[in-house]
Amino acid sequence: MTAPRSPDAPPPGIRAPKRRGVELSLLIGAVLISVLGYAEVGLARSGAVPPDAARYGAGLGGLALVAHLAVRFRAPYADPLLLPIAVLLNGLGLVLIYRLDLETPKDQAAATQLVWSTLGVALFIVVVLLLRDHRSLQGYAYVSVAAALGLMILPIFFPAVNGAKIWIRIGGLSFQPGEFAKILLAVFFAAYLAANRNALAYTGRRIWKFQFPTGRVLGPIVAIWLLSVGVLVLERDLGTSLLFFGLFVIMLYVATGRTGWIAVGLVLASAGAFLVGSLEPHVHSRVQDWLDPFASIRAGEGPGQLAQSLFAFAAGGMLGTGLGLGHSVLIGFATKSDFILATAGEELGLVGLTALFLLYALLVARGYRAGLSLRDPFGRLLAIGLASIVALQVFVIAGGVMGLIPLTGMAMPFLAQGGSSVVTNWVIVALLIRVSDSARAPQPDGADAGEPVKVAPR
Amino acid sequence: MIRYIRRAAALCLILLVALLVNAARVMVFEAESLDDNPANRRIAIDRYAKQRGEIVVDGKPVTGSRDSGQQLRWERTYKQGPLYAPVTGYASQTYGTTLVEHAEDDILSGTDPMLAPLPLWNDLTRGRQPGGDVVTTIRASMQEAAFRGLDGKRGAVVAVEPSSGRILALVSSPSYDPGVLSGTGQKVKDAWRRLNTSPNQPMLNRALRQTYPPGSTFKIVTAAAALDAGVVRDVEAPTDTPDPFVLPGTRQVLPNEATGCGNASLAYAIQWSCNTVMAGLGVQVGLTGMVDAVERFGFNDTGLRVPSWVAKSNFDREMSPDQLALSSIGQFDTTATPLQMAMVAAAVANNGEIAHPHLVDRTTTSGGTTVDRTGRRGYRQAMNPSTAMQLQRLMVRAVEEGTGTNAAIPGARVGGKTGTAQHGFGNTGTPYAWFIAWAQADDAAQPAVAVAVVVEDAEASRTDISGGGSAAPVAKAVMEEALRLEAEARNP
Repeated sequence: MTAPRSPDAPPPGIRAPKRRGVELSLLIGAVLISVLGYAEVGLARSGAVPPDAARYGAGLGGLALVAHLAVRFRAPYADPLLLPIAVLLNGLGLVLIYRLDLETPKDQAAATQLVWSTLGVALFIVVVLLLRDHRSLQGYAYVSVAAALGLMILPIFFPAVNGAKIWIRIGGLSFQPGEFAKILLAVFFAAYLAANRNALAYTGRRIWKFQFPTGRVLGPIVAIWLLSVGVLVLERDLGTSLLFFGLFVIMLYVATGRTGWIAVGLVLASAGAFLVGSLEPHVHSRVQDWLDPFASIRAGEGPGQLAQSLFAFAAGGMLGTGLGLGHSVLIGFATKSDFILATAGEELGLVGLTALFLLYALLVARGYRAGLSLRDPFGRLLAIGLASIVALQVFVIAGGVMGLIPLTGMAMPFLAQGGSSVVTNWVIVALLIRVSDSARAPQPDGADAGEPVKVAPR
Repeated sequence: MIRYIRRAAALCLILLVALLVNAARVMVFEAESLDDNPANRRIAIDRYAKQRGEIVVDGKPVTGSRDSGQQLRWERTYKQGPLYAPVTGYASQTYGTTLVEHAEDDILSGTDPMLAPLPLWNDLTRGRQPGGDVVTTIRASMQEAAFRGLDGKRGAVVAVEPSSGRILALVSSPSYDPGVLSGTGQKVKDAWRRLNTSPNQPMLNRALRQTYPPGSTFKIVTAAAALDAGVVRDVEAPTDTPDPFVLPGTRQVLPNEATGCGNASLAYAIQWSCNTVMAGLGVQVGLTGMVDAVERFGFNDTGLRVPSWVAKSNFDREMSPDQLALSSIGQFDTTATPLQMAMVAAAVANNGEIAHPHLVDRTTTSGGTTVDRTGRRGYRQAMNPSTAMQLQRLMVRAVEEGTGTNAAIPGARVGGKTGTAQHGFGNTGTPYAWFIAWAQADDAAQPAVAVAVVVEDAEASRTDISGGGSAAPVAKAVMEEALRLEAEARNP
């Protein structure tokens, strides 16, 4: 299926297929799946399709359509899979939150989440429309990092919520600035590493088998990274600090190609994790919980959150209980946010969960694909960075709620309740759309995109 | 750079594979143990998500369900709870299940694979069937007659159909309403504490779970042993048992409440309940013979289920001759459940053979299709048929012109045996009044019912007459009802 050719398209022969029609049909499928899920919840719970199912479908469909039009006009060569995956994940997330709202009549979250999703799509459109070339971001490296640090430091001045100082509350609105900071940090890492990768890779002293770059090149980035992780540790946002650490190591490795970085990263991560895990009581209890999720049951205090989460996944089994028919609400606090995957696991089963993981994997893979196709190092590093954010985040939170690694509070991209998270993820997808458009667009004759546009970091 | 991007992509792939493997571990391989974890509320939520099946007496359910609107949705209700509590037991969200509610829980809660039309498919989809029904053998009018007869006094009544083993009435008094234990919360806990601390022990199932010294009703067992062993060949012939009877190896004298017991015949001893004669016969049969005989009746059987578990009735296997003498008249360490003594009466009525007693006639799906039917099963041959015939005559005589005249029913052949069991330190406790009996309509082919009644707080003096006075009228009321129902069935 190919989209109709627009009259101003380059002549055939050198042009790549745009595949906008594919995107549109996939979008229709994604909206239909979400609406069916919404209807299924109602049918399972009360034997009737929810009265506002049509409105829900129209709302999601409208958002998808507007986003599609923005892509069609401003990023016609963009990867056709990115937007449908985002819409499907966002739609399923809304279904799951709506479904959990039924169990908590006093705490309704689906409507708010829909508002945030709308805002996210709006920002998506703004990014797609206004950002004509991703390379212009390269000039904003230091603006980005300053903004990121500012956003991360800000919550220190606000009271802690559930043990973590990562929230800003203004009026009734709460926002997690650390979410947005990860995009800014990825931009900075990409710009800095793209500009200095040769210096990082080939200069500096050699000690035994390892080549160490000069402090002048390595210093700033390590300082920034240490600062951001330090702030997050202060705020007890360990999930995000783990994410930043992983992001930093992956991007440094891709930029320099030095396996030693991975080794250094792993050693540092292990040491840091061990220190924090044994010294910080909040984290220590989570590590204990991970090592033995059922200790509280034996102590007669009833199952803890992780045990409840494992019960939920187990109850799902192969095929799941069906939407609306599980009891994941037993997890209690954070069922709709950190633990939303447990509801997916219980009600959609291993089959549904695998499908979800594959959607994320596809999103990540398409990001990497764009990175491989691009010629400019900044674009490559940006694409890899953004895709890695999604991959690491999914791994950290999914591994946490399923007992693979110690639990750290994070949001499942698009799926979990949380305004800042959903907005941030839409921006990530917008940036991926933008870089994939550059990657798949036909190259003008004679242009060599292998040389980065010279933009001095400001 | 491309090479390193590919490697980073490979790392992401490894992360994904780790997630998938871990998901399979939790959701498939460890699922069963997680599902069965007692702290997992899903078991309880699923269990109470549907209405429980009903326990049926005489075609009508004696149970029901109430929507509590709570997480554990359906709670059990009971119609005439105190009347049927010794049969149904309770089904509590807080304290679990007992008796038929416990024994047939798989059927009632809908987990029994037999309820599903396609059990294997059901296992795969984890589907849950609506709870099935349990049809009991209890006859409502007999149950009511027995409950009325005890009139709140501490005691128990068991009535069985001798030929089939069907339990027709099973009453324990005082009783309680199991409905007060159904749900969760403080009210249920308060009720539980109140019931458990009450001096009357209303939750004790006296018919199945409490053992009493059977007293003189045990003389039927001793008589059967003596006849089967050939110690007595002619029931009318005098026995070699002096009055007063000195317990062998001691200087203690065993008294008689009745007169004329010196060297009396077995017939006279049953009719008037002579202690000396029966103690002497027990000693003559000997320990081995007595143990063999009583175990043929079901004493010392720890595995009896109806389908609820029944307490062991005891007859010691090691005893000195004086202890054997006392045991032979239902004293010393000899104890029996009311069900056990009903089985003794049933053995006499059914020519020596005991049918396995049972309380559940059949189980059905919620739609009424039979899942399982409890057929007639033999339990033991307690004595020779000829011995049973002789004992039938002796028991009839005890009712017609002996200690059990209070149980006589016009138009029916009734055999009975009274008992007054002494207990407590130095026999200071209030004696238990016993009566065991069976009844056969004059125009019927076989006895319709065998019954055992025990009344704990017998007011009368320590004579056998108290068994006849307190317990026999209760037994009579139950037997009359049984005969009426049987006549109805024979001549509709």
